[in-house]
Amino acid sequence: MNHAYDVSHFLAGLMLLASFALLYQDRLLAVLRSFALQAIILALAVAWEAWVQDRPHLFITAGLALGLKGLVIPMALHRMIARLGIHRDVEQVVGVGITMLIGLGLTALSLLLILKATSGAPSLAREGLAIALAIILLGLLMMITRRNAFTQIIGFMSIENGLILAATGARGMPLVVEISVAFSVLIALFVFAVFVFRIRERFDTVDVEALESVRGDQ
Amino acid sequence: MSPVVYAVIGIPFASAIVLAVLPGYRLGAALNVVASFAAFLVGLSLLTVTGGADEYFIVDDVNIVFVVLNTLVGFTAALFSASYIGHEIETGRVTPLAVRFYHAMYQVMMGSMSVALLANNIGLLWVGLELSTLITVVMVGLYRTPEAIEAAWKYFILGSVGISLAFFGTILTYLAGQAALGEGANAMSWSLLHANAARLDVSLLNLAFVFLLVGYGTKVGLAPMHAWLPDAHSEGPTPISAVLSGLLLNVALYALLRFKMLIAANPDAMRPGPILIVMGLVSLIFAAFMLYQRRDIKRLFAYSSIEHMGLITFAFGMGGPLANFAGLLHMTMHSLTKSAIFFAVGHVAQAKGTQRIADIRGLSVSHPGLAIGLTLGVLAIAGLPPFGVFMSEFLILTTTFARHPWLALLPAFGLVVAFGALLLRLQSMLFGEPNEPVHEVEASSIPFALHLLIVLIAGLYLPSALVAWFQRAAEFLG
Amino acid sequence: MLDSLLSFFGQGVQMGLVLLIAPAATGLPRLVKARLMRRQGPPLLQGYRDLMKLVRKEAIVAESASWLFRVAPYLIFALTWVAAALVPTFATGLLFSSTGDVIVIIALLGSARFFLALAGMDVGTSFGGIGSSREMMISTLAEPAMLLVVLNMALAAGTTRLPEVADFFVSQPLAIRVSLALALLSLVIVALAENARIPVDNPATHLELTMVHEAMVLEYSGRHLAMIEAASQLKLVLYASLIASLFLPFGIVRVEAGVVAWLGGAAIYLGKIAGAAILLGIWEVSIAKMRVFRVSEFLGGAFIFAFLAILLSFLTQEVLR
Repeated sequence: MNHAYDVSHFLAGLMLLASFALLYQDRLLAVLRSFALQAIILALAVAWEAWVQDRPHLFITAGLALGLKGLVIPMALHRMIARLGIHRDVEQVVGVGITMLIGLGLTALSLLLILKATSGAPSLAREGLAIALAIILLGLLMMITRRNAFTQIIGFMSIENGLILAATGARGMPLVVEISVAFSVLIALFVFAVFVFRIRERFDTVDVEALESVRGDQ
Repeated sequence: MSPVVYAVIGIPFASAIVLAVLPGYRLGAALNVVASFAAFLVGLSLLTVTGGADEYFIVDDVNIVFVVLNTLVGFTAALFSASYIGHEIETGRVTPLAVRFYHAMYQVMMGSMSVALLANNIGLLWVGLELSTLITVVMVGLYRTPEAIEAAWKYFILGSVGISLAFFGTILTYLAGQAALGEGANAMSWSLLHANAARLDVSLLNLAFVFLLVGYGTKVGLAPMHAWLPDAHSEGPTPISAVLSGLLLNVALYALLRFKMLIAANPDAMRPGPILIVMGLVSLIFAAFMLYQRRDIKRLFAYSSIEHMGLITFAFGMGGPLANFAGLLHMTMHSLTKSAIFFAVGHVAQAKGTQRIADIRGLSVSHPGLAIGLTLGVLAIAGLPPFGVFMSEFLILTTTFARHPWLALLPAFGLVVAFGALLLRLQSMLFGEPNEPVHEVEASSIPFALHLLIVLIAGLYLPSALVAWFQRAAEFLG
Repeated sequence: MLDSLLSFFGQGVQMGLVLLIAPAATGLPRLVKARLMRRQGPPLLQGYRDLMKLVRKEAIVAESASWLFRVAPYLIFALTWVAAALVPTFATGLLFSSTGDVIVIIALLGSARFFLALAGMDVGTSFGGIGSSREMMISTLAEPAMLLVVLNMALAAGTTRLPEVADFFVSQPLAIRVSLALALLSLVIVALAENARIPVDNPATHLELTMVHEAMVLEYSGRHLAMIEAASQLKLVLYASLIASLFLPFGIVRVEAGVVAWLGGAAIYLGKIAGAAILLGIWEVSIAKMRVFRVSEFLGGAFIFAFLAILLSFLTQEVLR
């Protein structure tokens, strides 16, 4: 059995599971933990790729993923939640059951799509891309079906996790791109931090439904 | 790579650092203008540099025009902003500390747009666009009103989603390039990808283009991904609305064009034309109808931006040297005209203290100069001769008519509908009894006048060097 | 000739074996739970003694009961025993192996459940009704998951006949397979639900409002109750054997290998069952029972895991083609 493939597949499958866990949770702290878990698994997956593909600079990416998304961002968000003192349950737009079923559908769709489009590419890349697209779509789903600013940003961050997984699977992508991506994640967090305080300050809640009332005449 | 390129990018970022620590908003505003002017001069000097491409940057016929345009509008907007922001501080809409960061962010935005325009590495292109998105998000939310926060948040979410999809498309493009160029930075270099376009992996390229279309298309404001645009334009400070409409939409469309060129150069890949035509038409007609219901003056012109971007996308979808030429010309003209209009709108908003169209009446009596300016601007954007926009719209319609007569009816219809709405609103604002409040207009009129002058001249006479340029770029676009 | 004789004989041995160990296999978790709670607990053989006691007692039948009430216990026992005979335990290639299709097993168990639910409602008490409706809800959610798990294994092995699937997995080298891990997780959840174990149902409860399985058999007594108890014990052994044959197939021998090999296979099999029973006991001590409406989420999770397992194994197949 192809050892390298097995482990990558295992880790990618775990990341996918973490995405589903993100979809399922309805308590903010649990969502944060699932996100941190996904980031840690991502770091492991990237580190494994670094080992297998013999590209040491991917270790840097793995370290960034672990440090930034596995530790710094969850801690920062946790601190924000505590400071804002917000309600810790998250409302869903549609029920959990339907969300999960849609998630399954999206996963199947992305697998089929990528497998069809990449018949020529190497197997590790196809695999990584397929699951990465599934994670991206699941993150999108999470952003759509949640009504809380925090979960929207975590959904976005999990989309970025999927992107990093895809970039890792694509052999040879230069380090500069990865560094820039990491950098932009930091900036995104900064922007988010700026906004969540403002939202809280103006609307007294981080439920983005409240934003609907000032939507303007479109 | 010529040091001029590094200067164009370096000046804004260096100024940003200085502006972030500089106290006093007047000094900051002045420095902002100076830095933008310096960037413009350096951008102009790029015209003298011979084209070429290295691992990260490229200078060729397609992006040089945009770099010059970018730095020009950046300069005039900075000029406008310098006089506009003072008023905003006085009315208490924004604090001096916020203005300090506003200036710094302005320069970062200009710098990142230059990065995107000059990038050869498709990853770098993405980074430039992502950075400019994030920065403009913060700037849209500058006023901290609930509406501004909502607009900025919506822009943030939609923009980020679009950018993420575009990144996935970038990765797919890289993978498609691997087939021909092997692993490593070569497969991310646009110039090499374009040279080897016929050897790229077709199915990957198709899939990549779809993602890039949706992703970057969100930033262009194509329907149905346009939802962030009206809010962002109306709730942010006016200089930012001008920059968004005049520059950022263009840069995003430029990115889309780069990839369109890639896929068009591969004979087996899907034809990008039809999709672009459809999306352009949908945006155009949708926005034209939406113009009728708008009650906020900035939203009105935001939808006008969507409409024009739709028209430009339609033109590039048609393809061929004439339509491409028209598209490029329209991008330039629209950029200048729309930013001019937003300058005028800024004046109006300050003069009347409101953005609601219903509350703006009798401008021809209370502010005749402003009224004339606004009229000229609206006539220009509506596509009347002798302004440049008429020229490009006319070109688009005629080439479409020459190739597919029935197809030409649709954009013509959209343009007429939009024209009607704009004229209707203009009329209600100009005539009638002037109402309270009536303030003095403090912001400078120079940027507005400058832009309109250029557009007017371009409508009457395009210098042959410029024409030759556009033609070369149009050929290149395929 | 010898082969067919061996397969016939082996089948009989299996049927006897599962019946024989069923009460002990249910008693072992009870013992483990008690010991973990620092109680003495009933000895292992208590299950047999209970069954004997029940058989000797008089069967009281309610006046409002119909013929179904009397017939159901025997039907249930028969269906479950046949199903247990088809699941590979220590050997494959037995007499009925060619009919050992997983779909058949699921159908047999489904029929047994059907009759049990009917019997629960037969006498007309409300507790029986509660038990039956809850049982049906649980099975509605658990069966799709189980079918998906089965489909997953069948896709890998190319057949739905359990003995052949077991043979296939014995021949595979050891590998990390996330899809198999997910399938195992899903099947374990389904097994817990179907066997009325914590966290879905508490087998030791005496509160009618928390019962599912117990509520359906509340009216039974005497030899009828003995049959039903035996059937549910057999079901536990069945599921344990199912999980063992799919995911821990080592030690399963071919029936032609002779009686000595059977003994080795049977020893390994008994070890697996004992291990499963001990794990079950530890698990039941560690987890609390869920509220009934949360069970649907729990089983929904099983469905998701099973579906994901299929998607991932499909992905592996395509990519490694």
